[in-house]
Amino acid sequence: MKSHIKYLTIFTIAVLMAFSCGQTGGTSGALGGDLASRSFVPPGEHDEFYAFISGGFSGQLAIHGLPSGRLFKVIPVFSVDAEKAYGFNEETKPMLETSYGSIPWDDSHHPDLSQTNGEVDGRWCFINANNTPRIARISLSTFETEEIIELPNSAGNHSSSFVTENTEYVVAGTRFGVPFPQRDISIDDYKGNFKGAISFISVDQETGRFNLEFQIMMPGFDYDLAHPGRAASHGWMFFSTYNTEEANTLLEVNASQNDKDFIAAINWKKAEEYIAQGNFTEMPSRYAHNVWDESTQMATSTMKTSVRVLDPEKCPGLVYFLPTPKSPHGCDVDPTGEYIIGSGKLAAAMTAHSFTKMLDAIENEKFDGDAYGIPIINYDDVVAGVVQQAGLGPLHTEFDDKGHGYTTFFISSEVVKWKVGTWEVVDRQPTYYSVGHLMIPGGNSQKPFGKYVVAMNKITKDRYLPTGPELCQSAQLYDISGEKMELLLDFPTVGEPHYAAGCPADLIKPNQMKFYPLEENNHPYATKTEADARVERDGNEVHIYMTTIRSHFAPDNIEGIKVGDKVYFHVTNLEQDYDVPHGISMIGANTSELLIMPGQTETFVWEPKQVGVWPFYCTDFCSALHQEMQGYVRVSPRSSNIGLSWSLDGE
Amino acid sequence: MKSTFSRVLTLLSIVILIGGCSTSSQTGETESAAVTHPLGQASVSDDVSDANILQVAIGSEAHSTLVAAVQAAQIEHVLVNAGPLTVFAPTNDAFAKLPEGTVEDLLKPENKSTLATVLTRHAAPGSFNPDALKKEAQKGRKLYMATGDYLEVTTEGDDVFINGIKVVASIQTSNGIINVIEEVILL
Repeated sequence: MKSHIKYLTIFTIAVLMAFSCGQTGGTSGALGGDLASRSFVPPGEHDEFYAFISGGFSGQLAIHGLPSGRLFKVIPVFSVDAEKAYGFNEETKPMLETSYGSIPWDDSHHPDLSQTNGEVDGRWCFINANNTPRIARISLSTFETEEIIELPNSAGNHSSSFVTENTEYVVAGTRFGVPFPQRDISIDDYKGNFKGAISFISVDQETGRFNLEFQIMMPGFDYDLAHPGRAASHGWMFFSTYNTEEANTLLEVNASQNDKDFIAAINWKKAEEYIAQGNFTEMPSRYAHNVWDESTQMATSTMKTSVRVLDPEKCPGLVYFLPTPKSPHGCDVDPTGEYIIGSGKLAAAMTAHSFTKMLDAIENEKFDGDAYGIPIINYDDVVAGVVQQAGLGPLHTEFDDKGHGYTTFFISSEVVKWKVGTWEVVDRQPTYYSVGHLMIPGGNSQKPFGKYVVAMNKITKDRYLPTGPELCQSAQLYDISGEKMELLLDFPTVGEPHYAAGCPADLIKPNQMKFYPLEENNHPYATKTEADARVERDGNEVHIYMTTIRSHFAPDNIEGIKVGDKVYFHVTNLEQDYDVPHGISMIGANTSELLIMPGQTETFVWEPKQVGVWPFYCTDFCSALHQEMQGYVRVSPRSSNIGLSWSLDGE
Repeated sequence: MKSTFSRVLTLLSIVILIGGCSTSSQTGETESAAVTHPLGQASVSDDVSDANILQVAIGSEAHSTLVAAVQAAQIEHVLVNAGPLTVFAPTNDAFAKLPEGTVEDLLKPENKSTLATVLTRHAAPGSFNPDALKKEAQKGRKLYMATGDYLEVTTEGDDVFINGIKVVASIQTSNGIINVIEEVILL
């Protein structure tokens, strides 16, 4: 009998082990091996979605795949990148010009994708620079930054860069009120003298080129986030505001006094009418407009000198304020365009405004006074519903395609799923830890793809192998295809992942540029054949017209360079083959390498300081004879009379 | 009785343990069985880049035997690699000049490695078009082949020869050079 018990015990343990063996390996008992397979993309296969995740204080934009979380590329946007020579080669230096001079860094926050008819279309990604206000456009054919425009009269470009439903505009709002126009006044004179500019940047539908069409000079509140109206509410743009107190010191207390701040509803079609009528002021301003030209493969920077400004006090019907509790952060519009969700980050509940009610309130003038001449709509006449007791510290809401909102809660570290219309909470899942924003592919559009949500966390603590005091930045992936959200994956990101946009990979994959056709290369220093490779002197300037092809430079021996010369290496990659870049670097050059895509020309400058013979080499492992891909430059004293000569294999 | 009971339970325990944990290994069996050998980079589809050595050879009617041989030797991936590579490409006529039955023999699965050696002897690392070959000949340098053999390069007037076989045409490809020859290089 005793031994029967023993065998029964063994049997029981075996049964238990068999049932539990799929669940080992996760710290949480809920994380089974089965869940792992749902974010696993087998070797050689592609992810279903692209995710464009802001690089935060790296100033860049990171491209990940979902559901794997794998990082594919970090696109340099607002910060220099020695790896890609961005901001180091002569071609891209103008991209970082501003009215303050060249700036090597910024803080990138909110990527958004171009749309057609309210759906993500895979043409461009836009992202804002928060510190020195700028908006960038990135081609989703080349995955390169093609354009950056600076925004005058703006500071802390946070409420940006959100796209209207036919990409008519990229819209950008200012966080800091600043004197308008800028002048030498006391900070204590904030109220009334400081303004918050909201900028409407048009996008040429063929080329993508920006133009700062107009700015609306709003009261000096802090404009935090924004989203466009869609469908019925297309033509409107909604902005969350805080610090409607117009405090200028200890904002953590002084900007939290009002029971309600505002969501600003701006009728931009009305703005277009006022512009057409000439009801604007042309303000002198200085702001840089930097454009990359794919044909010449060079960027140019132009300083613009004026902007059209609309004053809402003089433009009835242009702006209305929707009272919204306690310093709202997220300002999110559901896929139907009817509801505008304000996430009061200090509020106990989330507010959903109704677009229909808003129009009715405007028509029947259900106003509760005004602020700087801008009508404030009665709270009760615009609110559609409230999500009660959802969590603590709501920040941002995205939507699925089944009528649910998903809101992040920073303080209670969770994502909460709720039902649009009934405002009831359906599910909640913890995040690890202190989540900021979240992203559902197609989230800012009429057509979300409600399969996954990515939560971007502010705190990492113990989630990964530690790396000293500074820990990796972290995102988390949840499956939202079922009733309950399921955490599938933690994955590291670049810089601080403030915000993200995403879309099905099939929207982007077919449009990929594989290389730059040599015949379309109109770079003024391009060298199209090895026979054209040469060296030319113009006073102290020497221009080397160099080519690369597997596996040599032409020329690879150069003599006649002198100390004090300024030597331009204009290097053209003659390859016309996918994924065959060449690199080049020169000993002692006070700049980065070049990394030259097939068919492209790039330039770096070398100012030799010492007599001698100095080598250069290919930095990208291009071929079996990559390590043979090298050359020499002989540098002679300034007084030398050795003439220029160059050769490849003695010819 | 006691021993039967314990044996049954022990057996059941083992069956449960094995069966219960085998789900993950089963998922690995869904791999495609259609591919007979790994094609490596040769499986990349790319219709916009300049053609590589394999693509040019496949497009050349005069090289169908060579292509068939490359496929039989399963070395397609070598000819699409970044290179650079110089291939001395015998025409169909060149293979036809071999003693009867030679090609058929080489194409037999059991002779795969011999075939691979024969073909690899036609490839040299580096880019050697006829001008570069002439320079080799002038400098008295032999050409190092991918098998480790050194082959003599000679000139006669404007013509250039590898191991005594005349190069009749030369094609630049994205990853190297094809020099067409009308005999198979045999050592």
